[in-house]
Amino acid sequence: MNFDFSDDQKFLKAEARKFLEANCPTSRARGVLEGSAAGYDAALWRSVAAQGWLGAAIPEEFGGLGLGHLELCVIAEELGRAVAPIPFASTVYFVAEAVMLAGSQEQKADLLPRIAAGEIIGAIATSEGPGATTAATLQSTVTEGKLTGVKIPVTDGGIADVALVLAKEGGKPGLFLVELTGEGVTREAVKTLDPTRDAAKLTFKDVPARRVGAAGAGMELVEQIFDRAAVLIAFEQCGGSDRCLEMAKEYALERYAFGRVIASYQAIKHKLADMYVKNELARSNAYYGAWALNTNAPELPVAASAARIAASDAYWFASKENIQTHGGIGFTWEMDCHLFYRRSRQLSLVAGAPRVWKERLVSHLERRNAAAA
Amino acid sequence: MDFNDSPDEAAYRQQVRDWLDANAPKARIAGDPEGGDGLAASKAWQAKKAEAGYACITWPKEWGGQGGTPVQNVIFSQEEARYPIPGNPFQIGLGMCVPTVMTFADEETKKRFVGPALRGEEIWSQLFSEPSGGSDVAASRTKAERAPDGSGDWIISGQKVWTTGAQFSDFGIVITRTSPDKPKHKGLTMFWIDMKDPGVEVKPIHQMSGGSGFNEVFFTDVRVKDSQRLGAVDEGWKVSLVTLMNERLAVGGQTGAGWRQFMEAARNTPGLDGGSALQDGALREKLADWYVQAEGLKHTRNRTMTALSRGQTPGPESSIGKIISAVQMQELGNTAIEMLDQYGIIDDPELASLNGAFHFSLMFGPGLRIAGGTDEILRNIIAERVLGLPGDIRVDKDVPFKDMPTGR
Repeated sequence: MNFDFSDDQKFLKAEARKFLEANCPTSRARGVLEGSAAGYDAALWRSVAAQGWLGAAIPEEFGGLGLGHLELCVIAEELGRAVAPIPFASTVYFVAEAVMLAGSQEQKADLLPRIAAGEIIGAIATSEGPGATTAATLQSTVTEGKLTGVKIPVTDGGIADVALVLAKEGGKPGLFLVELTGEGVTREAVKTLDPTRDAAKLTFKDVPARRVGAAGAGMELVEQIFDRAAVLIAFEQCGGSDRCLEMAKEYALERYAFGRVIASYQAIKHKLADMYVKNELARSNAYYGAWALNTNAPELPVAASAARIAASDAYWFASKENIQTHGGIGFTWEMDCHLFYRRSRQLSLVAGAPRVWKERLVSHLERRNAAAA
Repeated sequence: MDFNDSPDEAAYRQQVRDWLDANAPKARIAGDPEGGDGLAASKAWQAKKAEAGYACITWPKEWGGQGGTPVQNVIFSQEEARYPIPGNPFQIGLGMCVPTVMTFADEETKKRFVGPALRGEEIWSQLFSEPSGGSDVAASRTKAERAPDGSGDWIISGQKVWTTGAQFSDFGIVITRTSPDKPKHKGLTMFWIDMKDPGVEVKPIHQMSGGSGFNEVFFTDVRVKDSQRLGAVDEGWKVSLVTLMNERLAVGGQTGAGWRQFMEAARNTPGLDGGSALQDGALREKLADWYVQAEGLKHTRNRTMTALSRGQTPGPESSIGKIISAVQMQELGNTAIEMLDQYGIIDDPELASLNGAFHFSLMFGPGLRIAGGTDEILRNIIAERVLGLPGDIRVDKDVPFKDMPTGR
């Protein structure tokens, strides 16, 4: 049994933590939150690119480091812990992964080296309004290679150079690469729960679009991309929820009430123990997701669902109970608790809400069960 | 990252498979595991394992083990579980009591007891919990006093409770109060005793679930030799910590009906809209949660196994299992029953789905949430030993035991 990261991967994780502790204290996220930067921290983005992290899982022939997805998982965990205010997930977990999964040779050669070098930012645009997007509700269309439609919200839509857009072509959903810097693209900033991450409403009018993958395969492709992203996001969530537990613990050990530290009250101890249990369940599920992602196992959809559900639950619980443990001070703008609370919501929603994933998971279990019977 | 055995582990697994293939029972032996045929079958299987060195794999060779690694022990358990083996009433003895004897008894005593226990010829009980102290074992009141005749013998009187397997045990280790004038942790002494002594009376406990897996044990002037003492007088608390430290690494799977059985039952139960109950969104959401919990525990065990495999001590993550599984057992049972609507009240195994497995979960779950560390004690353990939070403020540490308020 070797169900753990290797020593090299653990070393990379330790180095990533050191780097982010030096270069991404929470004041960086706060800087974006308070509007001093333009949707993301460009200096941090450049230094992360210089570390090679954007191309960690991109093959060397396309300018990446050619490491595996396990390396990307440990980096993701540290980015989540640091609530890094950069478009890493959009660019790497969604766009780079989609291009590696389904892109043509030409698309790979065009995009992957630029992503690895930090030259372009990517975004994924599937949502068009309230509720999960389905083939039935999808409104955006591509006709003769031109995209028309409205996408809201698009994480990093305000800062991205290229977007992966779900749209109907000939009545069937497809996935399309669209340059956002040309004519016909209107971007409007959207105010969200987590302003440390950029978001926009994108309106397309006859914008050139290149299809990724087969015609009509859009929904299946989005599912596959979301499965892969879900595992990586689960590691960000694990990093964030572990940090929340640490913050709660540190505070509880120094805050006195009724003549003793509040960490000595069982009401607090049991709350923190519950955080720990949820965090460990999330971590174990995330590890299985990492294994499935890295080996491209047929179990990936089920493993990714479990990783996403467990990590979303853990981060929600840890981020809200961290505030509760802090008491009144935790409710202030100046304390960092709300940065994690906000990010936990962003990460739980960005690749589809846990409720939708639970339904997907049970559907997969039903099919697996029927196949075994 | 993978789930493969190392070459050494694979070789060991193959060796174990070959041996089991040649020696393990091919069909389950009918009978009550707590007596009669079942117990005889358990003893026979244990003797066979002992002969081949598989009874206590991690023990040194001189005591009948293999000097093996914890991971070899897990491999054997995994492979053994694939066969219809009889129940294992030796776990508490070999996992906790006998290692305590091996640590604290003299050579003669060890030679007398280790072999027969290993071969399943003699069964041991652990007599710690009392009516006055379950979570708080150091509050034990069972008395041990020197015999007035100057022989150095001890006279034990009192009561233990929740003793697993006492009804078929031959020997036991018992924690007693020897110095009530001292603070509670400093006045305890451990002994081994003969469970067949006329002063020892075993009475089964009638559980709320209907069964009787545990016992009350009453001691009436049970005379024991001073040579039966394990550790120094009044040092019994330290001895008990050794016993509990030897608690076997929990690598077992989940107990009772799980998400799979629930999914199957839901498929076969009519739903509200003419379809099956499995189409009910509320039930599907719960099913997903239980699956994710079960998978989380499974892979937490895989992480523990990995640490063992690398020769490391498993991290604290292994402590979360029962907190999750016991509550899930109770909740899953209840949800399955509510799914049946009015019919859910019927627990007759002839009429209830899965022969009443969900009803069993409902009725046994409360016990599992208490046994082997309550939900609350386990949270304290995680908070204090894993997270490093302070222990509770104690009002009982420096007070003579006899002066402590006791309540009921």
